[in-house]
Amino acid sequence: MPTTAASPKLSAPFEQGGPPLADATASDSALRRFLHGLPGVDTVGLEARAASLGTRSIKTTAKAYAIDLAISMIDLTTLEGADTPGKVRALAAKAVNPDPTDRTTPRTAAVCVYPDMAATAAAALAGSGVKVASVATAFPAGRAALDVKLADVRDAVAAGADEIDMVIDRGAFLSGRYLKVYEEIVAVKAECGSARLKVIFETGELSTYDNIRRASWLGMLAGADFIKTSTGKVATNATPANTLLMLEAVRDFREQTGVQIGVKPAGGIRTTKDAVKFLVLVNETAGEDWLDNHWFRFGASSLLNDLLMQRQKLSTGRYSGPDYVTVD
Amino acid sequence: MASVFAYAPAPESRSVVDIAPSYGLFIDGEFAEAADGKVFKTVSPSTEEVLSEVAQAGTEDVDRAVKAARRAFEKWSALPGSERAKYLFRIARIIQERSRELAVLETLDNGKPIRETRDADLPLVAAHFFYYAGWADKLDHAGFGRRTTEGIAGATPRPLGVAGQIIPWNFPLLMLAWKIAPALATGNTVVLKPAETTPLSALFFADICRQAGLPKGVVNILTGYGDAGEALVAHPDVNKVAFTGSTAVGKAIARQIAGTGKKATLELGGKGANIVFDDAPVDQAVEGIVTGIFFNQGQVCCAGSRLLVQESVHDEVLHALKRRLSTLRLGDPLDKNTDIGAINSAEQLARIGALVETGEAEGAERWSAPCELPSAGYWFAPTLFTGVSQAHTVARDEIFGPVLSVLTFRTPDEAVAKANNTQYGLSAGIWTEKGSRILAVANKLRAGVVWANTFNKFDPTSPFGGYKESGFGREGGRHGLEAYLDV
Repeated sequence: MPTTAASPKLSAPFEQGGPPLADATASDSALRRFLHGLPGVDTVGLEARAASLGTRSIKTTAKAYAIDLAISMIDLTTLEGADTPGKVRALAAKAVNPDPTDRTTPRTAAVCVYPDMAATAAAALAGSGVKVASVATAFPAGRAALDVKLADVRDAVAAGADEIDMVIDRGAFLSGRYLKVYEEIVAVKAECGSARLKVIFETGELSTYDNIRRASWLGMLAGADFIKTSTGKVATNATPANTLLMLEAVRDFREQTGVQIGVKPAGGIRTTKDAVKFLVLVNETAGEDWLDNHWFRFGASSLLNDLLMQRQKLSTGRYSGPDYVTVD
Repeated sequence: MASVFAYAPAPESRSVVDIAPSYGLFIDGEFAEAADGKVFKTVSPSTEEVLSEVAQAGTEDVDRAVKAARRAFEKWSALPGSERAKYLFRIARIIQERSRELAVLETLDNGKPIRETRDADLPLVAAHFFYYAGWADKLDHAGFGRRTTEGIAGATPRPLGVAGQIIPWNFPLLMLAWKIAPALATGNTVVLKPAETTPLSALFFADICRQAGLPKGVVNILTGYGDAGEALVAHPDVNKVAFTGSTAVGKAIARQIAGTGKKATLELGGKGANIVFDDAPVDQAVEGIVTGIFFNQGQVCCAGSRLLVQESVHDEVLHALKRRLSTLRLGDPLDKNTDIGAINSAEQLARIGALVETGEAEGAERWSAPCELPSAGYWFAPTLFTGVSQAHTVARDEIFGPVLSVLTFRTPDEAVAKANNTQYGLSAGIWTEKGSRILAVANKLRAGVVWANTFNKFDPTSPFGGYKESGFGREGGRHGLEAYLDV
């Protein structure tokens, strides 16, 4: 880490022991002023930077490190209407033992399921160290009353979820009711207890990079442990550019408040090549403190098998094929 | 400090390029030794390894080359534009096909990172040939020559004749493309002298001309030193001089050709202001500052070498900039992950070092990115000076290296005044989220190219050139045709 100079912005409230940037969230208008006062994002420049980092050439030892790190960062996900206990148990087995032919393969970070499957996942993962993550708050649309969303969270936590992936109210955000979004996150966080909270913005629906930066700060101010791009249920999910932007946000937030927040891109990351590009973004933007599954995750399912095939290629020198990894 | 995620070496293979132990001058479609048999060595700036030995042109060779170009001119200029276009399209395609080879060659001879030759130089080289190939048969419609509003043809714009072209070492092949593509499209023939530290890509281009079946004598390449350039400029049968390089040499050329009737375009030095307002998109502005001054190790005439940052965001921008500079990867230019390559020559390295010493002696505060410099070759760590005023040498003189001078301003008027307060006028950048401010400030800047929320972006369709001591004439775009036409 380069040495950091004294932060130029408001860090006083946190230093005095209050929540970070407390005055920014004192009222709807204060929150609006704060979020709209964040530096703008130039679309062309942001995408050019993401593309430029995408040209890094990660080979041999660096690739081996990146593949194992990426596997250990996966929230292995199934979020289908057709999910069954059998499917969840199979996924849990895969998370604990991703490559039956090579026991040195790291475990994934978590298994991510709907709340009604959290208990099944928790039972299947007990003692493995792999976390149970559950989406909640009327995922993926988030269109429900607050008490319904909170009940959803309570259920998931009671069923053994270690992590809650909530969605924000995009309607409220896009209509400028930032304090409503903020208060909802605060309320969900209170229901989480010791579970870590991931806040999903659905960046594809927020549409502009300015909105994604504002949502990132809103989420961090409200107590998110992770900020997460998307549900995987809309057309545009995680991209290098929106993830780069969120990595800048967590980097800046830590510089100003001393609080480190995680980032989780989700949806659309399917290949080892993609995953390595995201790890390069982490390395060269937020820095190596985030190169750990406590601070960075991939929301993905098919990515794991591609990582495993590349891992086998590195260790054996030849490509195997889709029948040499398990389909769960 | 060992990084957790250390990138393993990822060198581009040298085997794609076959460099001969020696090269001759390319005159009248043939490679030939210099008349007096002189040769000089070209070295790789990143390792000081001798790459090849090339012929050193003298006055006699210049005369032979100009005569060859003159002989070729009659037929070449009489070809229908559509026929000349076919040659240019063919050259452009061959450049694309051989782009990896040329990128590696350019990186070896110049010292710049393969990431830049691969992603910037070579695509732009091909794009320039494609672009001017498209103009070759449309010169009557370029807005030059006497054509009435009814569209009745008057005098057709005519080529000038033999163009003597002298190019620098910072973008050897790209500067060649900027010079040769418009000259050939308009029906001129050329004698081109590449810089003495980077002769190889021009010689490879000579081979491409042969591969494309270009008629003999249309393109002649003379490798050599300043004396060869001087002889070329002085040659009585040269009709047009095109020079890119230092302001001092540009002035000498202007004196030399005064009263001769030779047309000239000069693209000279710069001290570009990159203006960051307090409402700028900070993260992207930092990227633009880096691109502005550390692209090609700052050896760019239009570099944004003066950062003018609004006082209210000075600390924030500088903090972010230093953090970003600490991530730059300096080293083997052939490694695909290298951001900063070698300085082109020992002379240039010494010049940069001397100016940086002056900066320190005059009281500016120096900061250099923490990075280890290789033991062989010519290297300079990315450096910035803070606390710089208009009176400092590092704010006035072109350093032509990876050195940024940081100045502050309080109001837009002050920014414009400081940006324009230079003997140069080649480039400028404006960073603000406010569209009206971009337009207002851009209109007041006396610089040939003004970038808004970006920097060092090039495109063959866009004219490029300077105000004041940065030179005159425009290269690129429709405007670039005029320099090679009698209109």
